[in-house]
Amino acid sequence: MSIFDNFWVFLAIKLLLVVGVLLGFSLVIIYAELKVSAHMQSRVGPFFAGGRYGWAQPLADALKFLQKEDLVPEEADSPVFRIAPMVSLMSTVAVFVIVPFSPSLIAKDLDLGVFYALAVGSIGTVGILMAGWSSANKYSLMGGLRAAAQLIAYELPMVLAVVAVVVQAGTMSMARIVELQGPDALYRIPGTEIGLPFVMVGQILGFVIFMTAALAELNRIPFDMPIAESELVMGFLTEYSGIRFTMFFLAEYAGMFAMSAIAATLFLGGWYFPGLDTEILGPVVMMGKVSLLAFLMIWFRWTWPRFREDQLQSLAWRWLVPLGLVNIVVTAIFKVAL
Amino acid sequence: MTVDPRVAMHHSEVQVSVELQTQEMTLNLGPQHPSTHGVLRLVARVDGEKIEEVEPVIGYMHRGYEKLAEVRTYAQITALINRIDWVSGFANEIPFVVAAERLMELEVPARAQYIRLILTEMTRISSHLLFTSSFPLELGAATPLMFALREREHILDLIEGVTGGRFHPNFNRMGGVKPAAGGGKTQKTVAQDLPKGFLEETRAAMGEVYKVCDEIDQLVTGNEIFQERTRGVGVIPVDKALSFGVSGPNLRGSGVAFDLRKTEDYLPYGDFDFEVPSGETGDCYDRYLVRVAEIRQAANIIMQAIDGMPSGPLQAKVPRVIKVPPGEIYIRAENPKGEMGYHIVSEGGRGPYRLKIRSASFSNLSILPWLLRGILVPDIIAILGSLDFVLGDVDR
Repeated sequence: MSIFDNFWVFLAIKLLLVVGVLLGFSLVIIYAELKVSAHMQSRVGPFFAGGRYGWAQPLADALKFLQKEDLVPEEADSPVFRIAPMVSLMSTVAVFVIVPFSPSLIAKDLDLGVFYALAVGSIGTVGILMAGWSSANKYSLMGGLRAAAQLIAYELPMVLAVVAVVVQAGTMSMARIVELQGPDALYRIPGTEIGLPFVMVGQILGFVIFMTAALAELNRIPFDMPIAESELVMGFLTEYSGIRFTMFFLAEYAGMFAMSAIAATLFLGGWYFPGLDTEILGPVVMMGKVSLLAFLMIWFRWTWPRFREDQLQSLAWRWLVPLGLVNIVVTAIFKVAL
Repeated sequence: MTVDPRVAMHHSEVQVSVELQTQEMTLNLGPQHPSTHGVLRLVARVDGEKIEEVEPVIGYMHRGYEKLAEVRTYAQITALINRIDWVSGFANEIPFVVAAERLMELEVPARAQYIRLILTEMTRISSHLLFTSSFPLELGAATPLMFALREREHILDLIEGVTGGRFHPNFNRMGGVKPAAGGGKTQKTVAQDLPKGFLEETRAAMGEVYKVCDEIDQLVTGNEIFQERTRGVGVIPVDKALSFGVSGPNLRGSGVAFDLRKTEDYLPYGDFDFEVPSGETGDCYDRYLVRVAEIRQAANIIMQAIDGMPSGPLQAKVPRVIKVPPGEIYIRAENPKGEMGYHIVSEGGRGPYRLKIRSASFSNLSILPWLLRGILVPDIIAILGSLDFVLGDVDR
């Protein structure tokens, strides 16, 4: 009897792996953001810190955050204020349970994996709302309410985009969805064994909607109104410092990783790459696709200004929701007709 | 008169009577706030994100320059007044020294005039580049800042090379400009005044300025989100602009092509060929476009001034102790932020009896309570950014 047969031991190992991979890759994304912004803006630190390649910059940042005093405002609703960052970080960590990194490397392949990801992913906004409410600061409150309004506006198009994929695949299991774009592909290049990802067979619109909604849900530019440092000082983060600020910070980057991973799984074929031994190289392929999407998000952030809250609402309700519905109808027609 | 809701419903089929009960709150923007350009304070009455009323509170930076000037000599005052609008220090000195020179009836040598003009236009470029960096930043775009500030640094370095100061040159003297440091007595008359290679370097820097304007155009001007945020926001109609005393690029953004460089003769602008850009609707986008266009025009003027640079002395013959004859004069100039004027009342002493400073930002800000009504909180930031004020220029 091996140690892995014990349910609790195996669960603990899985949890540690998920958290380890998540935090590790979040650091990689933070480093990437520093490097990309440094190349765009000639920032000095990310080029030279630590001697070469600026490798010490993210570590120095993390160390600085850890040294700061963990302030709780006197007027704040203390328990809520303390729990809020954990709620935010927890929801992004929990998403990773269902992300497949290779045919067998998945923490838990739920039958309703997609549903789970969407449901858990939106809990993060509750954390933000808690932070905004409990800080006893008007800027924080406005930031929190903006985040809530944003969640309602953007969760719908995101779900609609995902529903179209589910209709096409006929399953909600994340592992199965990848297989349907790879080994058991629904669509192949005629005459070959090469499976096509969903984004190339009709879900391009859904992919765009999903990525837009993901940016809005992550509160990243051009949809970073809940933080909007030039308007709301730092939005819901205004009163946070030290380790709790770091948690929100990590949650943002882990969220980028999570959203990119879901998008890569649903639209880009996950760990599948034609002609590669996916059992071994699957995680590498997956990480490559995730990095590509994360780079897109970083690129947007350093090039674009931000929208106004009412403009975001109008974009969501007048454009993305109708387009998402059209996308489902078209997908369903093709699914039935073909 | 009260109407029974059921009766009202009966009369109109689509009766929308859902009234959300909301509470107004007072939002205090500043004096410490990232986007108020210093210590401006806005007390806003907001309903959610909608602004009901805004009351600007100024005076946190009042330094009493007008009073200080009464107990200082003319030479000391130039050191003081370039701190009024500190992002265009050199331009602040010009109307003051011109006013004093007019009272003294001094004839300023042509070369000194040209040096003053080049430095004034460089100051204008540096001020407007600061605007093109901070305005997109306030709308959330961080990268244009670096593009614009990079060129601004070149300009400031060049100004420093001539005057010895990046922000506060204190370079003007009665009757001309300060002779080069360490040049000895001869250089007051011999034209060896500007640093070696200054004109060539300036010419090269102007090439870079044109380039950065193109880069900013590509990165910001055409951006859909930027246009969405600025078009139709903060519209100042011409009549309002005139009645509130708005001047400079803000006035030209409203469509009034009025430029003191064309109408006054405080510096030899008549020698040069340049356009006065103006907008159409008077929204934030137009004010932005006017400033970017003015950077290009200022670079044009500098190129022409370098080509036509006369030689000769740097300073007119002035007495050792400067005393201004009794009299009154008001001289105004087109500063980067708008119209700046000095009213000197002299009683014949070594300093003015009274100095009244008309600064552009103060008048430009007076429109705020009218302009910031019925808009959203993010628009406040866009409008403040587009007005391009400096708190030192407001409070003096």
